[in-house]
Amino acid sequence: MSDKRVLIVGGGLAGLAAAMKACELGLEVDIFSMVHVKRSHSVCAQGGINGAVNTKGEGDSPYIHFVDTIKGGDFLADQPPVLSMCEAAPAVINMMDRLGVTFNRTPEGLLDFRRFGGTLHHRTAFAGASTGQQLLYSLDEQVRRWEAEGKVRKFENWEFTRLILDKDGKAVGIVAQDLSTMEFKSFPGFAVVLATGGPGLMFGKTTNSTINFGSATAAAYKQGVWYGNPEMVQIHPTGIPGSDKLRLISESARGEGGRVWVPRNKGDKRPWNEIPPAERYYFLEERYPLYGNLVPRDIASREIALICTKEGLGIGGRNAVYLDLTHRSEEYLLKKLGAILDIYEKFRGVDPKKVPMEIYPAYHYSMGGLYAGYETDETGRLLKNSPANQMTNIPGVYAIGEADHQYHGANRLGANSLMSCIFAGLVCGESVAALAANSKTAPAESSLLEKECKHEEEAYKKLLAQDGPENPFVIHKELGDAMSAFCLIERHNDELKQLQGMIDGFEARLKKASSLDKSGSGNMSAVFLRQLDGMITMAKAVVDAALLRDECRGAHSKPAFDNPAPSKETPIEDPAWTAYYEKFLAQTQTWLKTTVAKHDPSKSHPTIEYKEVDTRHLSPEPRDYTGVGKKAWKKFMDKRKAAEAKA
Amino acid sequence: MSKTVEVRIKRQDSPKSPAYWAEFAVAYEEGMNVISLLQAIRRDPKDKSGKTVAPVTWESSCLEEVCGACTMVINGQVRQACTALVDKLEQPVKLEPMSKFPVERDLRVNRQRIFDNLKKINAWVEVDGYHDLGPGPRQNPDDQTTTYKLSECMSCGCCMEVCPQFTDINDFIGAAVLGQARLFNMHPTGAMQMPARLDKVTGPGGIQDCGLAQQCVKACPKHIPLVETIGALQRDITLTQVLGALKK
Repeated sequence: MSDKRVLIVGGGLAGLAAAMKACELGLEVDIFSMVHVKRSHSVCAQGGINGAVNTKGEGDSPYIHFVDTIKGGDFLADQPPVLSMCEAAPAVINMMDRLGVTFNRTPEGLLDFRRFGGTLHHRTAFAGASTGQQLLYSLDEQVRRWEAEGKVRKFENWEFTRLILDKDGKAVGIVAQDLSTMEFKSFPGFAVVLATGGPGLMFGKTTNSTINFGSATAAAYKQGVWYGNPEMVQIHPTGIPGSDKLRLISESARGEGGRVWVPRNKGDKRPWNEIPPAERYYFLEERYPLYGNLVPRDIASREIALICTKEGLGIGGRNAVYLDLTHRSEEYLLKKLGAILDIYEKFRGVDPKKVPMEIYPAYHYSMGGLYAGYETDETGRLLKNSPANQMTNIPGVYAIGEADHQYHGANRLGANSLMSCIFAGLVCGESVAALAANSKTAPAESSLLEKECKHEEEAYKKLLAQDGPENPFVIHKELGDAMSAFCLIERHNDELKQLQGMIDGFEARLKKASSLDKSGSGNMSAVFLRQLDGMITMAKAVVDAALLRDECRGAHSKPAFDNPAPSKETPIEDPAWTAYYEKFLAQTQTWLKTTVAKHDPSKSHPTIEYKEVDTRHLSPEPRDYTGVGKKAWKKFMDKRKAAEAKA
Repeated sequence: MSKTVEVRIKRQDSPKSPAYWAEFAVAYEEGMNVISLLQAIRRDPKDKSGKTVAPVTWESSCLEEVCGACTMVINGQVRQACTALVDKLEQPVKLEPMSKFPVERDLRVNRQRIFDNLKKINAWVEVDGYHDLGPGPRQNPDDQTTTYKLSECMSCGCCMEVCPQFTDINDFIGAAVLGQARLFNMHPTGAMQMPARLDKVTGPGGIQDCGLAQQCVKACPKHIPLVETIGALQRDITLTQVLGALKK
């Protein structure tokens, strides 16, 4: 029954959740993945998965989870899907538990929960120090069960390269390439689900896996799928610099007393233990006496980066600062942070209990992604079993997981990504089942399948034949360095304009690059030309959108357009605060909009448009994690509303 | 002249072609691992004599030793390339593909057999559905310590590479897959499905093919107590058989 076959591209948490749900609802599934699905990037998530199960007697609720998520994302997320996700979250965690995830337990045998950033509640279920890996494995096992029953076919070590659209523009299949034999094949299906993860590698060395090219996203985008909020990417403050990638050291290292410092004197070449305390600059503690080393992620990232790049105080002139735990006893550290410190030692070969760690902020996650839609019921929640949920602007093409733009707005809360991936996957399983039930589309004609396959074969042949002087891996390194330098921690319009020029330059050089390898077997280099082209395509969307958004929102920091809160602690009726609120409202009016990047084949850069954000449940207000301005904001708004009513 | 790292790589151009050795000299950088050696080679794909060659193909994903992709034989020892730090390796650094799985290209092998075997032994918990059925069964935190360890298995194949019983002419399922059978037997719901699972575990290529060479446990990068696990599985089998006989 090939007309009931759904094609899922990507086998991480989102793709596997969609696959198992679709199978349960009677569909057959083909899964495509560049690696064995068990090796997907979801394994990298350490901390946990959020859901207001409220087993700690704290009065937590899905609605508070919703408020935290919307506020954390600086109000840029459409609210109906987020509300539905937070309400479903406890049941999703329970389901994952039933599937056998090895969650940590309380003495009573219940699920244990820990606290994470951006909330006051114990809401994060976790499995040791590798929650993402454990969740992925349980979904992998369920999908294997369906595979054993003949409902799932897996195409692992295959790369998606093209959507097949019928004459009405509806998805009827895909083309994919076997990365061992390098052969192309067309696959028919009534729906295509893109669960292809984030585009992190455009930033070079990041916390992402080596498969996060974003090239599947780029292929779909070039065929007309919109891309939402490309400029919204998250940085993690404490990455471990590595020669191949940047790994994370968990926030808990600072939670357990880790102190961040650099030598106070520029150019101090002494080893750390020869620098006396007075000549150590604990810059977070000095600049933020209240929070010290535990300032929020975006502030910590910015301070650490700027002290290296702008003030030149990085260790030995490099981009690195110390994260120091050596003042704590080894016994204490082993008990509290054993697993995390092991990771550092394993990859750096240095014992962080004896020598301070060296860290630097790292690109981590993309809140933006393929533009996914939804349909609501009368209460403003997702309409159950609507085929529109998670569907992109192209009929029959869905986006889920880090590949979609939903759920996180301008900034993602820790431990919300695993939930959003599984939730979107389950929703999407229902959506495609609903689509299958109502779809009257004829299956793809074999002539169309052949034609599209031929198209990709020809494109690949051209890549393979490329024989210019440039090395694509070198261009990639330069792209990553440029994106990280000018479009990550802080954004300045002059630098972004410069970066646009650089990216155009990389694109021109890519045309003069060599495939390096002419082999017809396991050729990583020729396909890299295509992957790099995808990275450049998406980098343009990120940079162009960042250049246009003249404000600070969530992870997007553009200091020239900042609206900082006045520092006075009694804001009621203070003119400085009134001015701040006025500016906030004006900014909301102009910029509380979803960026939509559209590919225009006639232009070398994307067309950027904006869509209103669905804020029907919670009105935007200034993000305030101190509680100081809450009353004043209410008073200001009451007064304003009264004035408006009078007028 | 700046410091270099000498690398010898056993290459193979296609699944059917013969293997050959290639030598490279890579500029040393602080903190390098085997992955960064391979990345450096592809940015300047010339062998030691200066001849331009095709970049080396290998498999990788997470680079944090949680996905299992970049497993290869490094200086004679099977392990993940991401945690193989150059400073701790003898030179020349010798890289070979795993020998128990078919080579696809250079250092990349096809480990489909592991996943097929997981399918063979019902390596999953069978649930009634994916709808909301309330909380799962309560579990003893001590059991979780054991199951989490077992569940850290990333199907990398190190235990199979060193196992004398796991060869390309037999169908032994290997220690990792046996460990997964134990994992699902320990889950309260999975335990209900134990008899069917154990049937498969004692089928062709099953637990009886283990020769107790005990190499697996030494090779496991996640320090999973595989020998102990195989013993526990044997006990499950005996108990199930005895209970089955008593019921008759």
